[in-house]
Amino acid sequence: MTEYETHEFDVVIIGAGGAGLRAAVEARAQGLRTALVCKSLLGKAHTVMAEGGVAASLGNVYPEDNWEVHFRDTMRGGKMLNNWRMAQLHAQEAPDRVRELEDWGALFDRTKDGLILQRDFGGHRYARLAHIGDRTGLELIRTLQQKAVADGIEVFMEVKAVRLVHDTTGAVAGLVGYHRPSGEFVVFRAKAVVLATGGVGKSWKYTSNSWESTGDGLAMALWAGADVIDMECVQFHPTGMVWPLSVRGLLVTEGVRGDGGVLRNSEGVRFMFNYIPPMFAAETADTEEEADRWYEDHSAGRRTAELLPRDEVARAINSEVKAGRGSPHGGVFLDIATRRSAEYIRRRLPSMYHQFKELAGVDITVDPMEVGPTCHYVMGGVRVDADTAATTVPGLFAAGEVAGGMHGANRLGGNSLSDLLVFGRRAGIGAAEYAAGRVGPITLDEGELEVAVCGATAPLGREDGESPYDIHHDLQETMQNLVGIIRTGSELEEAMAELDVLEERAGRVAVSGTRVYNPGWNLATDLPSMLTVSRCATLGAIHRKESRGGHTRDDFPAADPELGKVNFVQRIPGDADHTGGPGSCPSTRTISIAPEPLLVMPDELQALFEEDH
Amino acid sequence: MPDDPTNGTAPTAGAGAPAPAVPDAQATDEVTMYLWRGDPGGGEFQEYVLPAQEGEVVLDVVHRVQATLAPDLACRWNCKAGKCGSCSVEINGHPRLMCMTRMDSLPPGEPVTVAPMRTFPILRDLVTDVSYNYEVAKRIPPFAPREKTDDERQAGGYRMAQIDVERSQEFRKCIECYLCQDVCHVIRDHEENKTAYAGPRFFARSAELEMHPLDTTDRRELLQRELGLNKCNITKCCTEVCPEHIKITDNAIIPLKERVVDAAYDPIAWLGRKIRRRTKRSASEAAALAPAAGPAAVQPDAPVRGIPMPERIPVPVGTMTGTPDPDADADADADADADADADGGAGAGAGGGDRDGAATPDA
Ligand SMILES: Cc1cc2nc3c(=O)[nH]c(=O)nc-3n(C[C@H](O)[C@H](O)[C@H](O)COP(=O)(O)OP(=O)(O)OC[C@H]3O[C@@H](n4cnc5c(N)ncnc54)[C@H](O)[C@@H]3O)c2cc1C
Ligand code: SF4
Ligand code: SF4
Ligand code: FES
Repeated sequence: MTEYETHEFDVVIIGAGGAGLRAAVEARAQGLRTALVCKSLLGKAHTVMAEGGVAASLGNVYPEDNWEVHFRDTMRGGKMLNNWRMAQLHAQEAPDRVRELEDWGALFDRTKDGLILQRDFGGHRYARLAHIGDRTGLELIRTLQQKAVADGIEVFMEVKAVRLVHDTTGAVAGLVGYHRPSGEFVVFRAKAVVLATGGVGKSWKYTSNSWESTGDGLAMALWAGADVIDMECVQFHPTGMVWPLSVRGLLVTEGVRGDGGVLRNSEGVRFMFNYIPPMFAAETADTEEEADRWYEDHSAGRRTAELLPRDEVARAINSEVKAGRGSPHGGVFLDIATRRSAEYIRRRLPSMYHQFKELAGVDITVDPMEVGPTCHYVMGGVRVDADTAATTVPGLFAAGEVAGGMHGANRLGGNSLSDLLVFGRRAGIGAAEYAAGRVGPITLDEGELEVAVCGATAPLGREDGESPYDIHHDLQETMQNLVGIIRTGSELEEAMAELDVLEERAGRVAVSGTRVYNPGWNLATDLPSMLTVSRCATLGAIHRKESRGGHTRDDFPAADPELGKVNFVQRIPGDADHTGGPGSCPSTRTISIAPEPLLVMPDELQALFEEDH
Repeated sequence: MPDDPTNGTAPTAGAGAPAPAVPDAQATDEVTMYLWRGDPGGGEFQEYVLPAQEGEVVLDVVHRVQATLAPDLACRWNCKAGKCGSCSVEINGHPRLMCMTRMDSLPPGEPVTVAPMRTFPILRDLVTDVSYNYEVAKRIPPFAPREKTDDERQAGGYRMAQIDVERSQEFRKCIECYLCQDVCHVIRDHEENKTAYAGPRFFARSAELEMHPLDTTDRRELLQRELGLNKCNITKCCTEVCPEHIKITDNAIIPLKERVVDAAYDPIAWLGRKIRRRTKRSASEAAALAPAAGPAAVQPDAPVRGIPMPERIPVPVGTMTGTPDPDADADADADADADADADGGAGAGAGGGDRDGAATPDA
């Protein structure tokens, strides 16, 4: 048995985005020995990119806002596929979680009364997003990072977790990973492990996500025996940059539309008014005049069609481009220049101003932006218990984007940052309570550990084989072309066949150089996760033979009420044959899928939706 | 393209090419990159030639080198959007973010050199060990807010006016790229200064806390005695490289220096500047509250190294004249200042590196 650098903690959290940091702060506050492990440097996690804001019914701008309205917006935005209990806890607790950030040093923009200012976003009935210009994620990360440092939480930066490891009872009891700077392996023994590894965007070609979003947490959870749900529900954000090619996919915040920006096609028409679905017809303006009145005063008209939920807007843009009314580089126009003063734009949207100026040479105070859909967020994820964030495997917890259920089939903007705070904290408490109850020494399954290390190092030993960059490239093409914003049965089957080939190729990936800060090798160890996540998304998409939220089937364009009553649950059966997968991980062909009924919403919450029918 | 007109305004050494507004690159269809390859033991620039592509930033080209020519080339990046501060390097001698430096903003037809940040120990290739910064961060006593008033408890949160939060918000834009730390001559070639110097990033962080409407801790004594505020001689190099355009010198360091003087001579005047402040802790009390792992965890014996600059790099000699440091000498720490000039190439690079439009104050 090889000797590895080994650490022991009560709670180990994988991921230092908003969810991981918030979980760590909470576990530490419960008095436990807590460690944070992250792939990058502290403070660089994907959360740092969040722009528009964090949703919470503080009622600072519209006092009539409250948790019930937020809950209702969230469920309707998610096409009722959400875990209602998560949506309820989220709506109820978000305001306290946001205010608490102020106690830790965050400086949100203010109302005239000196309270936290809130802005409009798609799908939210009232102006609800607390924000700092368009760099809300940075504020959230920095505040929590500084709090974590002040609380003395141990941080293991640039450590990539490779596999979760069980103890002899089958509970998760730690993990094995490697230090990226040295390539040396490191083992953590822990009474409880929290997954907070974020999203999966890097399996698609055009994405707003950072390189870390390779779905490691989701894959590790599956390999450890946990259930994942709703993986077909992937959000394509309607407004990503489309030009220059090198930044294609980079996000343009919804805040642009929240602050008055409008979408136009090549004919100059504000086309969103032609795409209002029945579900939102009653509350959406059907003329430009009414929409513009609403911007000034929400009681003077119904909300603008540009702020419909993201899935609606993304599909509309897609249709306009297909109909030949797109912009020169295959998007549509997002125009704020003709609608707001240059001074206002620069003050409200400073990062957008710089992003376009510096990367595209476009001055958004003068010219319109070109935008189109980009892979942005995965609603699906590890199945968790709403109250404790516990997964279906003992000892393992999950929070943030890696967890599923909260957002149903489509997430509303701003609901992720609040999700990170609410369920990050709950995961911290859940893990702490579990850890406190776990007595006796922790004995890791050494066999499991060795398999993980062998799998991770295998590509270094191969003389010749495939480049990990090539496989990644081909995977992204496959997912973009065949499992993109609009799906169809035959293409999904094609994707399954492609994934078989890619998996086989990943089994013979070879990398040159040593383990010392070697991105080629690092990518090779990310491939098994990306392949696993891609398979889950494709499988889910095949089985959900309807269109709902972020999941659109060309061959089943309508929602099916029966399918609206189930989640598609995926898992790797305990007796599955684990040979033949990439990097000694279980083959993705062993993943099984089945529908399971949604949790039943209690009557008093159900009543909130009666008025809809 | 509507690029900043700064392209080619600073005379580059040797060639002296005036670089008349070259519209839309594509002058050549190849790009030549000199990327530094090596480890703590040493290394050298290696040449990579690739086909040019429209609209690319330096990071795109580095990624293409990884995908096609050098799969193990080490570089750091995360967001590719100028938001995370991971991809800091020195491009043609200028501290820059790779993801925000467009290839067509660099002199066309000339090779592009990319070197790791010089102030921090090399891990491998373009990646440096920036742990010094994380250690300094631990030494800054954390935020400690005043109590909420009854009204605030009822309203459900602190009340602060927009105008009062804006000063600190400027510093909270910081993406921790550490380019300002990289360029600061006090530590750039003076490993020995690192134990007693926080650097511009953390002066900005201190100023942010100092100007935070709710904070109650007094960090001035610590800044002066242990974090080396007096060693800064206001050369403004840090301000010039900041990708977030934070006015580190004017808005953070100079006000801090003034307040530190106040602390020495007139504590009451300082108190008056703080908004709605109630109680305050002394620096030593505050330091005691800092996490245990704190002080002096910086390695004083980290390897000293210098990156040889290949001869063909157009080193922007003489651009230092554009920076306003001469008049800052008044209260300068003499030896630190001398070192700034001794370092012709890269130190000066900061001065000329304003292609992204960072205002060069009163040039
Ligand atoms: C451009 C952009 C703008 C957005 N704007 C908003 C917004 O305005 N409002 C909103 O609510 N949401 C927004 N979102 C969504 C939101 O930012 C993300 O969903 C959220 O930040 C995810 O946070 P997280 O804590 O779950 O994970 P992340 O922030 O993604 O962090 C993941 C962490 O896990 C670590 N990790 C991953 N794998 C491993 C591994 N194998 N080993 C060790 N560590 C690992 C990473 O290092 C990282 O620290 C935006 C997203 C994008 C891309
Ligand atoms: S002004 Fe000059 S000396 Fe002072 S911190 Fe900035 S770079 Fe360093
Ligand atoms: S102050 Fe500016 S240069 Fe310094 S670390 Fe922050 S963003 Fe980078
Ligand atoms: S990659 Fe994030 S700043 Fe460059």
